[in-house]
Amino acid sequence: MTVDITKSPERVTAPSPQRRGLARRAQLPRWAVPGGLAASAAVVGLVLALVGFSTGLFVVGTVVLFTAGLYVASRIVEGSRKATDRLVTVIVTSAFGLAVIPLISVICTVVSEGLARFDVEFFSSSMRGVVGEGGGAYHAIVGTLIITGLAALMSIPVGLLTAVYLVEYGKGRLARAITFFVDVMTGIPSIVAGLFAVALFTYLVGPGARFGFAGSVALSVLMIPIVVRATEEMLKIVPNELREAALALGVPKWRVILKVVIPTSIAGIASGITLAIARVIGETAPLLVAVGLTTAMNVNAFDGRMATLPVFSYLSYATPGVPREPYLERAWTAALVLIIIVMVLNLLARLIARVFAPKTR
Amino acid sequence: MSTETTPATAGAQRPTTVKPVVQPGDRIFAGLAKGAGILILVVLAGVAAFLVAEAAPAFTAPATDIPGGAGFVAYVVPLIFGTLLAAVIALVIATPLAVAVALFITHYAPRRIAQALGYVVDLLAAVPSIVYGLWGAWTLAPATVPLMRWLEANLGFIPLFAGPVSATGRTMLVAGVVLAVMILPIITAVAREVFLQTPRLHEEAALALGATRWEMIRMAVLPFGRSGIISGAMLGLGRALGETMAVAIVLSVSGGITFNLIGNGNPSTIAANIALQFPEASGLGVNVLIASGLVLFLITLAVNSLARYIVNRRREFSGAN
Repeated sequence: MTVDITKSPERVTAPSPQRRGLARRAQLPRWAVPGGLAASAAVVGLVLALVGFSTGLFVVGTVVLFTAGLYVASRIVEGSRKATDRLVTVIVTSAFGLAVIPLISVICTVVSEGLARFDVEFFSSSMRGVVGEGGGAYHAIVGTLIITGLAALMSIPVGLLTAVYLVEYGKGRLARAITFFVDVMTGIPSIVAGLFAVALFTYLVGPGARFGFAGSVALSVLMIPIVVRATEEMLKIVPNELREAALALGVPKWRVILKVVIPTSIAGIASGITLAIARVIGETAPLLVAVGLTTAMNVNAFDGRMATLPVFSYLSYATPGVPREPYLERAWTAALVLIIIVMVLNLLARLIARVFAPKTR
Repeated sequence: MSTETTPATAGAQRPTTVKPVVQPGDRIFAGLAKGAGILILVVLAGVAAFLVAEAAPAFTAPATDIPGGAGFVAYVVPLIFGTLLAAVIALVIATPLAVAVALFITHYAPRRIAQALGYVVDLLAAVPSIVYGLWGAWTLAPATVPLMRWLEANLGFIPLFAGPVSATGRTMLVAGVVLAVMILPIITAVAREVFLQTPRLHEEAALALGATRWEMIRMAVLPFGRSGIISGAMLGLGRALGETMAVAIVLSVSGGITFNLIGNGNPSTIAANIALQFPEASGLGVNVLIASGLVLFLITLAVNSLARYIVNRRREFSGAN
């Protein structure tokens, strides 16, 4: 408000009494925030230069000093309410900064540690007969794709049809029960899903059975509720007018769903399914207990242990051989590959949602 | 359709409504959809049934056969303690931060970049847990050793920071911080959702009465979003309780119940214990681990049901606004 007034001086010279009352309320100048930040950075930098510099202390010290200074200055000039407001603004903004630090740190760590073995050999060879240096995760990448693919193959139809049932048909107690238990399923810890697969196949095949399909079953338990939720949200926002128009033309309901409702929402559904795949492709715990790890390529999901990227990364890190370095390097590169896959899937999901979104006009 | 079986309804409707034509395609499709829904119920029942069936030997076996030699309860109680402790640390750190981040995205960030910032926070949720585990053990744990030394020196009189500080930094506190990072995006997402639903008129009314932005948030946004924050925190808690790999990698475990967050001897969590022990387990050991998994399942089930209950109760009331 004062900014208006200072920019148009004639208003100040021709005041109405009330306006003057507001205008006279003192306010910190606009440069107070950037200026104060720069000043506290300089002061903290100087002090730290004397006692020994560290980036963490520098950032924390600057923010603390700036916050305190701004609060005191604002309290003196603007009053306590404004001062509290400014204090909260700084806190909320730095909270966001604080939340982003781990993301940046994770990505930096994984990239810097993982690049060492991000080479052709890593993507073209398995760990068969490899001790120490060399070797790769080709078998693990293939295993991850097979197991996740099978899981998607099972989860997508079930999830899609359930969502259709809940939105288009579901009424009464059954629909409410399904909604509730889908919520319950979202909360199943991934390790419990893995244990379920183990228990199931112990019963069916016998104890100690570890194979890729068991991992797919575990991942499906985790993936189905995500697919149902995402699809349900998308089906719900299809306008009812479209359904009614088609039904009024005499189209049977199942054709309305297949030809009108789903095509309208296909972008959102595809995007949701991609996100669901991204969510389960990095799951480690269920695959660790249900699938295990091998050193050689195995493309048969129904016979014998399979290697997967997350488990490969974990076991290389947790139980390295001698010397340790090559194992740790492979673990980090596997983590890097995994994070790239997940990020690409996330971007793909956003892209699908944007490009194939229904034209609204 | 069949007038004989439901004469009352069919008879009442006959004069006014035309019998709808139900094609076989319709019936098949509806049946398929319903079948998929029922399949989900069957799967969930199967999860519970198979876990109980495989866990049963652990409950009936003589106490001396259980690892530790003192029965299943003595085996699982320290694990439950560790699970709850790690999850509570994560929750205490993540909830205020998540509320602040959600407020930043909904009410402080410039409108144009707010959505992009939301994506950035969502990316935190996309990072696989194994990567968080490696990061926590490799980068975060060594980096926090000086901080924990400081805590021991200055706040050592609090039992939580009694020390002596673990030299590797792989402590309960660091595990809690890693879990906090992992559940932050979940709580943020729920909080963001409810903050955005705050009635615009409430906010504008507060501002029009001369409230500063913080006063507006405190008077209009936070009361409206309180149940959302609570349920988001509960969902985050459910995730933190069940998180496996990050804890398994970060925490250096040596059993025993202790509140010392920065020392060497940390209680394990149920999930991490399963991941660490399962590859070598056999015979009754497998049953014991599955039984502990069943306990974890029940705990997360209770927490998540409570969260959903709060969300749903709120949904019913929010229609009136």
